[in-house]
Amino acid sequence: MNGVADVALRLLVVFVVFLAFPLIVGQTEHKVMAHMQGRLGPMYAGGFHGWAQLVADGVKFAQKEDVVPAGADRRIFRLAPAVALLPYLLVLLAIPIGPGRGAVGQAVDAGVFFVLAVMGVGVLGSLMAGWASANKFSLLGGLRTAAQLLAYELPMLLAAASVAMAAGTVSLTGILDAFHWWWLPWQIVGAIVFFVAGLAELQRPPFDMPVADSEIIFGAYTEYTGLRFALFLLAEYAGIVVLCGLTTVLFLGGWHGPWGADGLGWVWTLLKTAVLAFVVIWLRVTYPRLREDQLQKLSWTLLVPLSLAQIALTGIVKVVIS
Amino acid sequence: MTLAAAHPGFLSPTGVEIAFLLVGLATFGAALVTVTTKQLVHAALWLVVTLGGLAVEYLLLTAEFIAWVQVLIYVGSVVVLLLFGLMLTKAPIGRSPDADSGNRWAALVVAVAAAAALVWVVVDAFRTTWIDLDGAAAGSTAVTGASLFQNWVLPFEALSVLLLAALVGAIVLSRKAKADAAAPQVPEARGEQAAEEGAR
Repeated sequence: MNGVADVALRLLVVFVVFLAFPLIVGQTEHKVMAHMQGRLGPMYAGGFHGWAQLVADGVKFAQKEDVVPAGADRRIFRLAPAVALLPYLLVLLAIPIGPGRGAVGQAVDAGVFFVLAVMGVGVLGSLMAGWASANKFSLLGGLRTAAQLLAYELPMLLAAASVAMAAGTVSLTGILDAFHWWWLPWQIVGAIVFFVAGLAELQRPPFDMPVADSEIIFGAYTEYTGLRFALFLLAEYAGIVVLCGLTTVLFLGGWHGPWGADGLGWVWTLLKTAVLAFVVIWLRVTYPRLREDQLQKLSWTLLVPLSLAQIALTGIVKVVIS
Repeated sequence: MTLAAAHPGFLSPTGVEIAFLLVGLATFGAALVTVTTKQLVHAALWLVVTLGGLAVEYLLLTAEFIAWVQVLIYVGSVVVLLLFGLMLTKAPIGRSPDADSGNRWAALVVAVAAAAALVWVVVDAFRTTWIDLDGAAAGSTAVTGASLFQNWVLPFEALSVLLLAALVGAIVLSRKAKADAAAPQVPEARGEQAAEEGAR
């Protein structure tokens, strides 16, 4: 019975994190973007500095009519938001937040493969939405999503493989157990490649060509309204949380901190994740959108060679020190 | 009697065995729909269900590493590539009655022959081997890696050379199509077709 309660508690915690953290990131994005652009951002909802703006947005989305276009493929159109969102919930289960087996939803033996595989499934949601909407802008968005995924999946995998080689395991908890501070300079190129490729996979600016609102009107999500659209937005922010958490765990040492991790491991994980999430928002405000050909060129001529070089470096250092 | 005691029987299946059977049936059903549906994109999506079902079967057999690689490569990349191609060719919403190559019976014969050969090989190779689900995972990443790089290095390397050859071949073919398209005497329509094939 104790085991059942334990599992239920873990699932509940992961679910609450899954619901709360994306909203926190979203609210931070409102505020950070506003201050970087010299304005205040939402100030009224909830009283103190507009903290309840996203709750109000959620209520607004829930009230809107759920429209399915007449020419659309109804079933796939309705299924797509769930396919886009649920993989991130599954990935959160496997991300360790502190030392020991107690601080992870479910320790997965092949953790790196699990998270990358399941994250890849999420993109199917965008493709389904793009095709099923029966809208040429959506179709263009879907095409760009697929092209982007195919280009950036490879460098992301190679960068993750480099860490797995360094640690000698593909388990996320195992990688953290093997971490030393000097891995940071050793794996820094891989870290940057992983983070950039992850941003591209999430279609965050400056890699938001597939949703480019000013030219193809939010791409695959053009025809979505109400709660289903909100689910796609939630998927984007859950994706930010997952990507930042994964980069923290794989490259920044997760719960390792400069003053030991006794009881404070989870603080370090959350702190690093939050800083990375801030960088994600910062990049959105800073850089203009990359053109489609620039996107492809960046991946194939820069990120893939860099990640291969990182793997070579990892191999050489690993052989030298062993 | 001793033989029956030594081997778990078919008559008292465990929960995992029942789950394996049910998932297998669902996977088989999804595979049937994949090849019989008249809606092209639905076929690709049912393929996702089929491949996902196979991954679950691997998981139930404790081959965790193979399961996630299956999802990563097939669902995450191959199906995305398929959908990309379908979108490029503007697969219509609804039925495509003309989407039939007319090779239905030949395909069925090949499929049945391939299935028979695979079932025969697997049954012949493993006969009465039972996987101990309670012990250490027989298909964990460590076990898979060790056996792959200790016992099966040569086939592994041969496969990678084969894949490399296929890769180089694909590049050569796509460059050739581009060169044809760039040649001045080729009509415009053919160039477009070649470019589309190159993209596929």
